[in-house]
Amino acid sequence: MASLKELKDRIGSVKSTQKITKAKQMVAAAKLRRAQAAAEAARPYAERLSAVMGSLAGKVSGDSAPKLLAGTGSDKRHLLVLVNTDKGLCGGLNSNLVKEAKAQAKKLIAEGKDVSFYLVGKKGRAPIKREYPNDIAKHFDTSTVRTPGFEEADAIAAELIEMFDADQFDVAHLIRPEFQSALVQNPTTTQLIPVPSPEASEDSDAVVEYEPGEEEILEELLPRYVKTQLFGALLEREASEQGASMTAMDNATRNAGDLINKLTIQYNRSRQAAITTELIEIIAGAEAL
Amino acid sequence: MPLHFELVTPAKQVRSEEVHMVVVPGTEGEFGVLEGHAPFMSTIRDGAVQVYKSEGAEPETIEVKGGFAEVGENGLTVLAEHVEA
Repeated sequence: MASLKELKDRIGSVKSTQKITKAKQMVAAAKLRRAQAAAEAARPYAERLSAVMGSLAGKVSGDSAPKLLAGTGSDKRHLLVLVNTDKGLCGGLNSNLVKEAKAQAKKLIAEGKDVSFYLVGKKGRAPIKREYPNDIAKHFDTSTVRTPGFEEADAIAAELIEMFDADQFDVAHLIRPEFQSALVQNPTTTQLIPVPSPEASEDSDAVVEYEPGEEEILEELLPRYVKTQLFGALLEREASEQGASMTAMDNATRNAGDLINKLTIQYNRSRQAAITTELIEIIAGAEAL
Repeated sequence: MPLHFELVTPAKQVRSEEVHMVVVPGTEGEFGVLEGHAPFMSTIRDGAVQVYKSEGAEPETIEVKGGFAEVGENGLTVLAEHVEA
């Protein structure tokens, strides 16, 4: 049985932990709203871009298609672009992402492909490094900026395309959290490079004129499309992080509350027991006189 | 007849309004878009988009960087990476 003092200290420490988790929960709730708004604001651009891509990709086909659309012609070397958060305290979000990445890697390796990783965010680094110490191609640090935005997406896309042009990989997959609600964020995998041919939108009768040319426009559009995908992933990551963090911290706060109640009861019981023993001692002493 | 003009960046939708005419800095030269323009698509160079709210009005200029313009049945859409209002 722990002594009264020990119990009291324990209650005190749980209380201060509860304060921290509660604060983090409220911060996450406030940030979640902003992150969600940002993710929604980015949607029109992405939608427009895919619509235009759809109408263009249908027209440019065959040998004339740019490399980013057609691929290198082989699918031996795969690059997994894993988007993790920079900070912890967000429940199982990062471990789920890493699990998904490992599952994909295992599947690809079983098919006889080469797999390497491109890691975005701090939290994926350690677990991936443990299992695939030699396969981490690059790590992109987003922890230096407060909220990763289009510049970061731009930088990542530029680097990826550079690696693609230098023939360092054949296929790139993007693994990112998909924000559904504050409770649900599922890791999803999508093909990033070569850009999957979007479904050609139903052709309107109107003949569209292109300036400079269809191919030139497509050539400019594809890197932009990759960039937008990454930008979307960063925004989703932000929203997912805050959502997961909010839920995890809510649970932690509640658990701390339960623990405090239990400890307080225990504390009161042992206090009463101590008083009772003392009384018995006094009475017994008085009777002996 | 007004022209529906939309200016969208990755971060947000900057404009969505009815205007008279928009002059867009295309890669191969500036072009003005009025209501009823034929379907057209062009990349744009860094420069100013000039928005004429009504005929003969002073144009409002918006600096854009990187992107492309699309003219379709629903009017003009400019997708730009950066916008400086």
